[in-house]
Amino acid sequence: MKIHKYDTVIVGAGGAGMRAAIEATKRSRTAVLTKLYPTRSHTGAAQGGMAAALANVEEDNWEWHTFDTVKGGDYLVDQDAAEILAKEAIDAVLDLEKMGLPFNRTPNGTIDQRRFGGHSRNHGEAPVRRSCYAADRTGHMILQTLYQNCVKEGVEFFNEFYVLDQLITEVDGVRKSAGVVAYELATGEIHIFQAKAVIYASGGTGKFFKVTSNAHTLTGDGQAACYRRGLPLEDMEFFQFHPTGIWRMGILLTEGARGEGGILRNKDGERFMEKYAPVMKDLASRDVVSRSIYTEIREGRGCGPEGDHVFLDLTHLPPEQLDAKLPDITEFARTYLGIEPYTDPIPIQPTAHYAMGGIPTNVQGEVLADNTTVVPGLYAAGEVACVSVHGANRLGTNSLLDINVFGRRSGIAAAEYAATADFVELPEDPASLVVEMVEGLRAATGSERVSELRRELQETMDANVMVFRTEQTIKTAVEKIAELRERYKNVSVQDKGKRFNTDLLEAVELGNLLELAEVMAVSALARKESRGGHYREDYPNRDDVNFMRHTMAYREVGDDGSETVRLDYKPVVQTRYQPMERKY
Amino acid sequence: MATPVMDKAEATAKTDASPYITVTFRIRRFNPEVSEHAVWEDFPVEIDPKERVLDGLHKIKWDVDGTLTFRRSCAHGICGSDAMRINGKNRLACKTLIKDINPEKPITVEAIKGLTVLKDLVVDMEPFFQAYRDVMPFLVTKGNEPTRERLQSAEDRERFDDTTKCILCAACTSSCPVFWNDGQYFGPAAIVNAHRFIFDSRDDAGEQRLEILNDKDGVWRCRTTFNCTDACPRGIEVTKAIQEVKRALITRRF
Ligand SMILES: Cc1cc2nc3c(=O)[nH]c(=O)nc-3n(C[C@H](O)[C@H](O)[C@H](O)COP(=O)(O)OP(=O)(O)OC[C@H]3O[C@@H](n4cnc5c(N)ncnc54)[C@H](O)[C@@H]3O)c2cc1C
Ligand code: SF4
Ligand code: FES
Repeated sequence: MKIHKYDTVIVGAGGAGMRAAIEATKRSRTAVLTKLYPTRSHTGAAQGGMAAALANVEEDNWEWHTFDTVKGGDYLVDQDAAEILAKEAIDAVLDLEKMGLPFNRTPNGTIDQRRFGGHSRNHGEAPVRRSCYAADRTGHMILQTLYQNCVKEGVEFFNEFYVLDQLITEVDGVRKSAGVVAYELATGEIHIFQAKAVIYASGGTGKFFKVTSNAHTLTGDGQAACYRRGLPLEDMEFFQFHPTGIWRMGILLTEGARGEGGILRNKDGERFMEKYAPVMKDLASRDVVSRSIYTEIREGRGCGPEGDHVFLDLTHLPPEQLDAKLPDITEFARTYLGIEPYTDPIPIQPTAHYAMGGIPTNVQGEVLADNTTVVPGLYAAGEVACVSVHGANRLGTNSLLDINVFGRRSGIAAAEYAATADFVELPEDPASLVVEMVEGLRAATGSERVSELRRELQETMDANVMVFRTEQTIKTAVEKIAELRERYKNVSVQDKGKRFNTDLLEAVELGNLLELAEVMAVSALARKESRGGHYREDYPNRDDVNFMRHTMAYREVGDDGSETVRLDYKPVVQTRYQPMERKY
Repeated sequence: MATPVMDKAEATAKTDASPYITVTFRIRRFNPEVSEHAVWEDFPVEIDPKERVLDGLHKIKWDVDGTLTFRRSCAHGICGSDAMRINGKNRLACKTLIKDINPEKPITVEAIKGLTVLKDLVVDMEPFFQAYRDVMPFLVTKGNEPTRERLQSAEDRERFDDTTKCILCAACTSSCPVFWNDGQYFGPAAIVNAHRFIFDSRDDAGEQRLEILNDKDGVWRCRTTFNCTDACPRGIEVTKAIQEVKRALITRRF
């Protein structure tokens, strides 16, 4: 076991982690721990763009952007945070450009912008061109640009280090962050990182679904590490299902495809979104479009012999436009489906995409231990966090924005805190939980297999807590997850070695997914209303009287060691926008 | 527009119903915790030929032998984790469909060459990333920062578009015979990333990067064998980029 000491430790090297690292490294001695090489992070998969009211191509302003964000989130958004997001968006994009990001350009040489779902002119009047983009590989360019600038700034990375535990020490009755425990993939060695400030930027948790746009490695490790130490998770029932994943595979086809003029059609060739969203049509908010697709499928208008998908039609767009604006996604269709998008429509279905919920923070990125108390020295940003700027449903292009705005803020805040704070004493035997976890799995001889449990988890999540939910389906999921968690105690791995033991780590990751799936299902069961990404067929309306509030889920351990999820609620911050019915 | 949909739907569905076939994966195994020697091991796998090589590797790891070790993350060709030698050619396992590489014969899978194998398909990537870092892969500008964005014409932006696509997968560098013989050579990926900045109209450090690549381990080692271009899963014209850097070194114009 090795012990390291840093002012600031950042967990994760995606967009949020590296944006934070660039700030933190300038101000404090910083280490970035990441389970993937930085450039492998899933930020690189983002396609469509990053929102900012630059007004480079038409009239726009940050107030309209704020409104769209609040409305898109079905009013569960904390409006003070949304305002910061929209205001700081402009500098966030300009900063990236100055760091070297090769945005697409207008004929004037300024950054080009395009339309994206839910972004509108003057409070919903018409779609507006707000998304700054680099072809359909904006996330790739952001990830590369941030990594390049980390190289420039000399950021210190610990690559292929898995953070598995958050250390907390109580000092004079206050629970403070003391550091993290990490597992080194190459050697199997356990490392303690004592740090004045820790920032979680470890990304999402989509792998508990089967059809998903998320990478294999998005297993909610950061959320689970904090949750296991008694910290709450906010709004975990809100998960976004993106309308256009490649049929059965889940690989994303950006909303930018519809921004460029792509149209969704059912088996009769009908442009069905006209019925559901007369103004915004195919560019209505994602939850609306995903439900519309499933309504078409359920009512027998789906395509294919099983009627289980619809089509994304790009055939009316000029091939030059597809080549210039959507080269990657058209290549996905060719590679994985053998389809030529110039001439053939692409079969799609909604795909599990984005966790709106996560570790609760305030606008400085400080993690909350309850509705109001911050945990000194602990920060979170990006998809792992819940600020909450996305509320019940995130608008497209607002996450690449979120990781830049709140990655930067948390990097500055953490380093400034570290400059004034002292190291917090490590808890006694700091590695014990991780040693127990890892050695327990290595020694286990049980008959359950990780892959089988994961498959069953993913199937139950897809069947029961996806686009449509009811009391019945959620209860089915809760019971199934409880069964799987019981069986997980009997899981064993085949690889008992120290070196690059990914077998072992997949088991650890599954443990995290099971824990978080339970939180999601329990939170969803209690929310007896429909809002944004959470749609209850048995409660199809939004209920502002009872549910205009954030869910806060806590892990409770009984005297007999039994675990339960305890739910509490937190008020939503409302400033200028009163809740209205959401129409597109 | 007419409805382009119905018959296409059926066409897709028909091919989709194709039966599973049995494919042999012949994998180069190496684990120094177990043995100093690498061995080939065969795994028969039931698989739909439209699935990826990565799906086959997962089937083996998840259902047969959990010790099989490889890197992967995104599973659709954008993260650069899973470059490996498949039937003797460098490819991404997640971007290679079984049907495209003759499933009748055993499919050989081994680690990419020229970098130290650490376990099975996992190699030491550090020397590769070191070469990348050595070419100053970041924008360098002089003078005052503008308040808004720097302007760049669509044409100037297009000039280096191809080399911005790189995902640092190392397929090119580890397919290069010069690199196999001498690991000191910067390798195609580092040159591609230098190109990305040398030809960016906003950048002011082109001369410095050219000097770095003028080194004895720099661009002049390239023998134009085109292995790198063939290997690149992003379709980057790697050899052309290297040629453009060579030309810029001679003419000092870029
Ligand atoms: C296909 C796709 C397309 C998208 N398109 C868009 C778009 O066009 N616009 C938009 O705004 N948003 C988009 N999104 C959403 C957006 O890309 C993501 O929400 C965002 O990039 C997440 O960034 P992040 O930095 O929080 O996490 P990630 O980029 O996922 O990074 C997570 C990091 O944490 C590390 N990590 C994880 N667990 C551990 C651990 N235990 N220990 C150490 N390190 C760990 C990983 O190594 C990685 O470096 C898209 C998402 C997907 C999946
Ligand atoms: S140039 Fe192509 S092959 Fe080489 S590292 Fe980049 S993406 Fe991979
Ligand atoms: S797994 Fe990401 S490129 Fe293959």
